[in-house]
Amino acid sequence: MGLNVGCAARPGRARDNKTGSWRVFRPTVDSETCKKCGLCVLICPEGCIREDDDGMPVVDFEYCKGCGLCAEECPAEAIAMEQEEK
Amino acid sequence: MVDKSLELFECGHRACGGCGPALAARLILKGAGADSIVVASTGCMEVFSTPYPETAWKVPWIHSLFENASAVASGIEAALKRQGRTEKVLCICGDGATFDIGMLCISGAFERGHDITYICYDNEAYMNTGVQRSGATPYDASTTTSPAGKASFGNKRPKKDMPQILAAHGAPYVATASVAYPNDLMQKVERAVETPGPCYLQIHAPCSTGWGFEGGKTMEIGKLAIQTGLWVNFEMVDGEVVKAKKVVRKPVNEYLMAQKRFRHLFKPARNEEEIAKIQAIADANAEKYGIDIELKK
Amino acid sequence: MMEIMEGSHAVAEAVKRCRPGVVSAYPITPQTHIVERLADFVADGEMESDYLTVDSEFSALSACVGASAAGSRVYSSTSSQGLILMAEVCFNASGMRLPIVMSIANRALGAPLSIWNDQQDSIAMRDSGWFQLYAEDVQELVDYHFLSYRVAEDHNILLPGFVCFDGFILSHTYEPVDIPDQETVDAYLPAFDPYQKLDANDPISMGMYATPDYYMEFRYELDRAMERAAGAIEDAGRAFGEHFGREYGSLAEAYRMDDADTALVAMGSICGTVKDAVDEMRDAGRKVGLLKLRSFRPFPKAEVARALDGVAAVAVLDKNISPGMAMKGAVGLEVRDALWKTGIDVYSYVIGLGGRDVRRKDIAAVADLAESGRGDMFYGLREELI
Repeated sequence: MGLNVGCAARPGRARDNKTGSWRVFRPTVDSETCKKCGLCVLICPEGCIREDDDGMPVVDFEYCKGCGLCAEECPAEAIAMEQEEK
Repeated sequence: MVDKSLELFECGHRACGGCGPALAARLILKGAGADSIVVASTGCMEVFSTPYPETAWKVPWIHSLFENASAVASGIEAALKRQGRTEKVLCICGDGATFDIGMLCISGAFERGHDITYICYDNEAYMNTGVQRSGATPYDASTTTSPAGKASFGNKRPKKDMPQILAAHGAPYVATASVAYPNDLMQKVERAVETPGPCYLQIHAPCSTGWGFEGGKTMEIGKLAIQTGLWVNFEMVDGEVVKAKKVVRKPVNEYLMAQKRFRHLFKPARNEEEIAKIQAIADANAEKYGIDIELKK
Repeated sequence: MMEIMEGSHAVAEAVKRCRPGVVSAYPITPQTHIVERLADFVADGEMESDYLTVDSEFSALSACVGASAAGSRVYSSTSSQGLILMAEVCFNASGMRLPIVMSIANRALGAPLSIWNDQQDSIAMRDSGWFQLYAEDVQELVDYHFLSYRVAEDHNILLPGFVCFDGFILSHTYEPVDIPDQETVDAYLPAFDPYQKLDANDPISMGMYATPDYYMEFRYELDRAMERAAGAIEDAGRAFGEHFGREYGSLAEAYRMDDADTALVAMGSICGTVKDAVDEMRDAGRKVGLLKLRSFRPFPKAEVARALDGVAAVAVLDKNISPGMAMKGAVGLEVRDALWKTGIDVYSYVIGLGGRDVRRKDIAAVADLAESGRGDMFYGLREELI
């Protein structure tokens, strides 16, 4: 494996770094209370929340650092932060 | 057009949990779109997003030095023009790179009138090197080079007024935004990118590590800054303020108490004199930008 | 066609024929005549370039970094303080492997302030990762621009380069010079074909940071590219002969070195004076020759060793000083390294700093010193001042 000239790289490799291992608290979405507004998807600093076909947020735990911003900002208070069991 | 579903900043970056600048990067690219070239300064965002070979950027991105992003962008813009290309050129730089070390290059690029959008993600200190004060650090904030102590209340100077400085260069569009108001932020990015000529956008990007609050509170802190009048979201067109976000102002201590960098104003005893000075800064901001909503009695 | 032309204007004519898409420069004596003439060309529509009138040399080279990364051929020029102000960008541009070409009108560094010539500025940038060619006369100066772009942009090299020439001595001197026509230049120097570039259709990240797991290998690759540049300069010099009829097939050029016992080593315009001095000494029966270094980076170690094989003493004329270094001059140190373990005595003579005139008799005196085993010293000091 050689080096790229000039320390340049194509996109894609950031995902090699699974930041989910940093997590202490885990966001859990309550599907009953979630209004599917999409705010959590927009504001996640990792960009690791997506919407499924029904508009429900799905967290990618390979990358979620557990910062809790989604839970703090959720207008419906549908996201709870729960301690990870190690 | 702002495209909220556009993901051009990838997972796996090494920012702290709840990072304001990381959120800013995502939102900026949603506003700017894929037809963009990003020039970065040395700083937190550069470091957390581009350890070789793991780049988080899905748009063309270049980092040269701490202080030269706007000069590099000038060259890119000139080259694109020469080649008949249409990509938009954005600088995304921290406040140290913008307010302090990059002033020369920024002034030159704005004076020459390049069609670039310069975005400062403002977390109000040199975070990458461990929270040293910059020209963007607010009055009385305790940093590692402006520590509060027995003979000090923290940073001795108010924040430099960069938007005014760049408006004075003749920038057609100058605005401030906050990660706490994502839709407003994305729209301002879009407007800046679409406006010909050098435009400046300064984005308040709270830093949980440097300011001392829990990562989940990043947007709440950002909102408090605006609700207290210590940060004003406004737009300037051709040097005139055309819009500013109005608020029912809260007292500044609500913002200050929520952050460890102002803890010395409350412990061991509440420092009314200093808090009053900060309140006066907010009052002056409110008057200057006309942000107070008058409540009917 | 031969014309009588000022050195700076000849450089501008050469640069015009290299067709840079972006020129970015800041005025500094004695480089200004180059950029003024380029500005004229752009203003008159004779040159299809964007000319950026930047705020500083630092911004000048930074803009070149951006434009080169975006896929345009770029040009800048500076001197002295301007080059040192660019220092941070110089290291950056080579690390990013951007093939920028810049003319350096060599000038002393302050303090004390001096606008006059020596080679301290570019030699101070020795370790910046740019190849450095030194022109003896205006013709070489013109030709090295075409050659430098060809070397720099070679995908096997990808290094920025300086074309160095003595300020005032060449920049402001009128000499007969052949300015090649555009077609000939185009045939020798094809349009810029960037190895990689910033492009929204094929995004890359440039200028990432390297952890300790990667950094050393990137520096190793930079050094390897500089080693390859030696061969590339030779190849480009030979090809130059085929296209233009003037050949530059070596990084060091010997003058009357056959059977020489004493060799003078020099770079730049001083070589003209040295040749005259060598002729005079040869006429007087002394076995003296000159080895002219065309390239300081990469340093042509093998060629120097070969050319100086068999001489008894070597006198290196150093238009620079490394204060505190035992040998004094930076070029001398490299020549001594090239001749390590050969038993040949190599001496450095710091000469001609800050525009101090160097005459034929000074060259002869330096040869005398080397033959008598005295060196590693300043030459030509005004004794009454010290």
